[in-house]
Amino acid sequence: MEFSDHIKTANVEDVVLRQPLHPPSRGTLCITGHHLLFSDREEGSSRQILLLLRNIDAIEKRTPGSSGTITIKCKDLRVLQLDIPGMEQCLNIAHSIETLSCLDNVSEMYPFFYRPNDLSLREQWGLSTPEKHYTQIKELHKKWRLSSVNKTYSVCPSYPPVVIVPNSIDDETLKKVAKFRQGGRFPVLCYYHRKNGMVIMRSSQPLTGANKKRCKEDELLLQVVIEDSDKGFIIDTRSSQQVQQARMTGGGFESKSCYSRWKRLHKQMERGKALQESLIKLVEACGDESHNVDRWLSKLENSKWLSHVQTALSAAGLLVECVERDGHSALVHGYEGTDCTLLICTLAQLIMDPTCRTLEGFLALLDREWLQAGHPFQQRCAHSAYSHARLQQESPIFLLLLDCVWQLWRQFPLALGFSEALLLRLANEVYASDYGTFLCNNDQERCALEVKDRTHCLFQALLRLPERDYYSNPLYEPNELAIWPSVHPQSLQLWRGFFLRWTQQARHLEAVQEEIRSMVIEWHRVTQR
Amino acid sequence: MEHIRLPKVENVRLLDRVSPRRSRVGTLYLTATHSIFVESEAGGRSETWVLHSLVCSVDKQAASASGCPLLIRCKNFQILHFSIPREQDCQDVHLSLQRLSQPQRYEELYCFSYKPNVDEEERRRDWAFVDLKADFSRMGLPNAQWKLSPVNQQYKVSDTYPAELFVPDSAAPPVLVGSSKFRSRGRFPALSYYSKENHAAICRSSQPLSGFSARCLEDEQMLEAILRSNPRSDFMYVVDTRPKLNAIANRAAGKGYENEDNYSNIKFQFMGIENIHVMRNSQQKMLEVCELRSPSMSDFLEGLESSGWLKHIKAVLDTGVFIAKAVAEGISVLVHCSDGWDRTAQVCSVACVLLDPYYRTLKGLMVLIEKDWVSFGHKFTQRCNHLAGDPKEVSPIVDQFLECVWQLMEQFPCAFEYNENLLITVHSHIYSCQFGNFIGNNQRERRELRVHEKTHSLWSYLWTNRAEFINPLYRQNHSQSQGLLRPSTAPYCFKFWRGLYNRFDRGMHPRQSVEDYLRVIREETQQLEEQLDSHKQKIAELKQEQGWSDAHRAAAFDQSSTARALGKNLALANTPQDYTGSLLASTPGAADGPLVLAPQDPDQTADPNLSNGSDPESGIADVSCRSPLSEDSARDPDPDPDSDEAAYSAA
Repeated sequence: MEFSDHIKTANVEDVVLRQPLHPPSRGTLCITGHHLLFSDREEGSSRQILLLLRNIDAIEKRTPGSSGTITIKCKDLRVLQLDIPGMEQCLNIAHSIETLSCLDNVSEMYPFFYRPNDLSLREQWGLSTPEKHYTQIKELHKKWRLSSVNKTYSVCPSYPPVVIVPNSIDDETLKKVAKFRQGGRFPVLCYYHRKNGMVIMRSSQPLTGANKKRCKEDELLLQVVIEDSDKGFIIDTRSSQQVQQARMTGGGFESKSCYSRWKRLHKQMERGKALQESLIKLVEACGDESHNVDRWLSKLENSKWLSHVQTALSAAGLLVECVERDGHSALVHGYEGTDCTLLICTLAQLIMDPTCRTLEGFLALLDREWLQAGHPFQQRCAHSAYSHARLQQESPIFLLLLDCVWQLWRQFPLALGFSEALLLRLANEVYASDYGTFLCNNDQERCALEVKDRTHCLFQALLRLPERDYYSNPLYEPNELAIWPSVHPQSLQLWRGFFLRWTQQARHLEAVQEEIRSMVIEWHRVTQR
Repeated sequence: MEHIRLPKVENVRLLDRVSPRRSRVGTLYLTATHSIFVESEAGGRSETWVLHSLVCSVDKQAASASGCPLLIRCKNFQILHFSIPREQDCQDVHLSLQRLSQPQRYEELYCFSYKPNVDEEERRRDWAFVDLKADFSRMGLPNAQWKLSPVNQQYKVSDTYPAELFVPDSAAPPVLVGSSKFRSRGRFPALSYYSKENHAAICRSSQPLSGFSARCLEDEQMLEAILRSNPRSDFMYVVDTRPKLNAIANRAAGKGYENEDNYSNIKFQFMGIENIHVMRNSQQKMLEVCELRSPSMSDFLEGLESSGWLKHIKAVLDTGVFIAKAVAEGISVLVHCSDGWDRTAQVCSVACVLLDPYYRTLKGLMVLIEKDWVSFGHKFTQRCNHLAGDPKEVSPIVDQFLECVWQLMEQFPCAFEYNENLLITVHSHIYSCQFGNFIGNNQRERRELRVHEKTHSLWSYLWTNRAEFINPLYRQNHSQSQGLLRPSTAPYCFKFWRGLYNRFDRGMHPRQSVEDYLRVIREETQQLEEQLDSHKQKIAELKQEQGWSDAHRAAAFDQSSTARALGKNLALANTPQDYTGSLLASTPGAADGPLVLAPQDPDQTADPNLSNGSDPESGIADVSCRSPLSEDSARDPDPDPDSDEAAYSAA
């Protein structure tokens, strides 16, 4: 089916656009297969707005008389309003937006059509591969190896073809372990702590089931990881009640009797639908300025979003305490091991490992821990906070990560090499993008659609000038120490830059960042002369 | 002296509120002015000094096997939790501190014994540093419409008003006196702020004694005179900051509010700011939330909501915004509440901050506080509980003003010359009684106490140390700094002020400071540019004399790495936090108190200032004259970042 089949009215003149922080403007509206384009025809102004249709989360249309009004609510939380003369035109436009904003077929999405002049499809894609990661950490080579057991994605459909596993565990054993873990996600290495040689591994839950099934290969794998040490920690992102219940549906946990040297710590984290609802409630609360303070605080509390931020940061803090302070290796998992697991593994690495805190290091971390590790972006980010569509697999776990990283940046404003602008950009791109980076749910799907050959890579684009400068933190000072976040409620704040992004407030704060940047530039200018 | 039952107790433990493992053992000394805790551990000889005048409450709790707990809460929101081995000692310390922290007479206040190393002439000059007449002349006064009236020269018309007041030129003394008789405590309408651009003015007064139907011709003439002094406007606002119900209730007591029918061309407006009792209880509730040991996010937000504190802050700011907008549009405003010294002071000063960029400078804020709070008779002694008095008169009215300014700073980070630290320091000294500025309830009392002759002024002290109080992001010509500030008062704009209310919980604050970093690079940039200019000048001179000299081409700039070092040092302050909830607490960075004189850093203990009077057993006299300059010396990085025990072991 062609895009043009969905476009009955491509152009409308004399449309009035209302958007936050700008006076209303009159101009021409144009709908294409992937974009909504508005050009201002006002005297002396040539403002254009190009909006990816994919960015549109929900629309509301009203046709009170012969004209109509469409309210567009975007995934980046912007709310626009279009006053369109002519009821039929209005309905046509609304219909096109509704259909084209949620195309299901990935290969029809814009990244496959985005062809800027200055980029070539032959350029490098991505920032990190398991091979590269492995090569970089020489200390790892004695006890760990690269395994291609998953090269056809048959052992674990959501893993990359190559993973890092203990040397002494052969591929046959891995296959058996994979059968014992949900979705085949057997324990793999995600982080090696140079200071003390301890590691973080991640996996999905073991399929012990109601009758407490065992898998001696799984037990062996975990055993060899902590051979030289007295114990290891398993951080389970579920409560102890939840893991008991999980057994009823075939899941389970590593019991004390079978994994005697592993100590389980439960840190219950919210996930899935509950997290999506939390986001919806928070965005709703932020959108209504007519509340009084009491109502606002009560809605903020009721959304639980900040509680989720607090829980995620303290779970990561707990993991870092295990590894960095107490010198033990750790395994992290919840159910599937594709959401909360990745969240706390990522945060823990940012807290512990200075190489993850540079702009490039952070993007490479996201590449490894979210893209290759198989976070199902397509499912999780199909809709955002405004959508009326029935929720399916949506969950803003990546947004929660960005919020947690922002909290770290607030508490350690000199320790991260990237700016708030980067986090905001990522929060946009993950929901609607020109680039192929966040398409699909895992490496296998991306491979099948040739994403790496047919789209451009966001991470590479962010590292080119002038973007690179814009997304760097001008105050960054490399720092070898762990950056332990405070998780007191008083220390955590609403991420105004994101949730109140389209208010005057956020503009003032952006101006401050500009001011800081120019002060630092001035300082460099005089010191380097 | 006679109040100190026990000058010294040994083996006292100072408990860390969050992490019991971090408690310290030492000796507690009571002096005439301070309690001093000296840690006995060799090496880290840290001292914690607490001014008696800052002590808000002392509670002795039930003794346990480990000792008798004594909880000291301070007016600057520090909480000290001591454990004293013998119950009798604890009892003595308790009684001594209760007496010492509640002086009966003004003469006992710290400011009368505080003697810094400043000679008499300088001390007198310091008092002239903030000059209200200069501020009025900055506004363009006196002029044809406004004049300085001597009517209250002897405080006979209103004993709580200043001696010098600006009033409309057309208001003759009989009108002023007549109006004053129709106003609570004689507080007739007088000028607070005048906009020379558009002639609009903010006037303030107390409520009229209108009861159900009383009128006063002079009072009506007075308002008419205010209206006429702004020729471009044909009406004025009368803003009653109280909730309507409160104002109506006052009518039964013969007080009340202006009847629009009796005053020509006024628009009357209620604002709904609650009274001092509501504010006191609200802050108390909020502080209880701040004190919770390991609150969940929900506990905290629910507690904050039910305290109502931010709702009250919003009410004050909303009113300030209303007044400022009116004045910016050229309409004069008369503001009052009941007595006109609490809510009225708050909203007039907030409106001034919004209207006039001058009040967003360091000197300007001092002038503003001197004008709308000190001179117009905010009852500091009663509201801040300087002397043992009626607890119902205590209320955090001035805290709310400072918080409104802070909320504005959060919205407009480039618009204020001063920083958060200034607000916190001013707050601290409003309560500390170390300087004479906030002693007494009004100007007449301060004259009787001869405050200007016997004490020191805070303002010049702050000015001398202004480097600490300057916001490096401030740009006079920044778009944010220009003219009227238009803040948003949407509910989500109001934040909890951690920097003040949890000031001493160091673990809660950001571990690195952008502001410190920027201050260093800004100074460095300025220095280098000056150097560069002088080099250029020299080069030019040399060129004239003998052409180029190689030495100057290679002129090495002193590329100090201060800023870099700063970033790294600050990071040392990291230690793990409590990640397991209430199971086992572990928070680092035991913060030492307010007014901590001795720096914690062992390197600095050789400070001559310290060794000079550091025998706390006998050095009482020396002690009392030391100034708490190094209030925040406890910000040193924790030298031992990994000293905490695993917090997850109990999980």
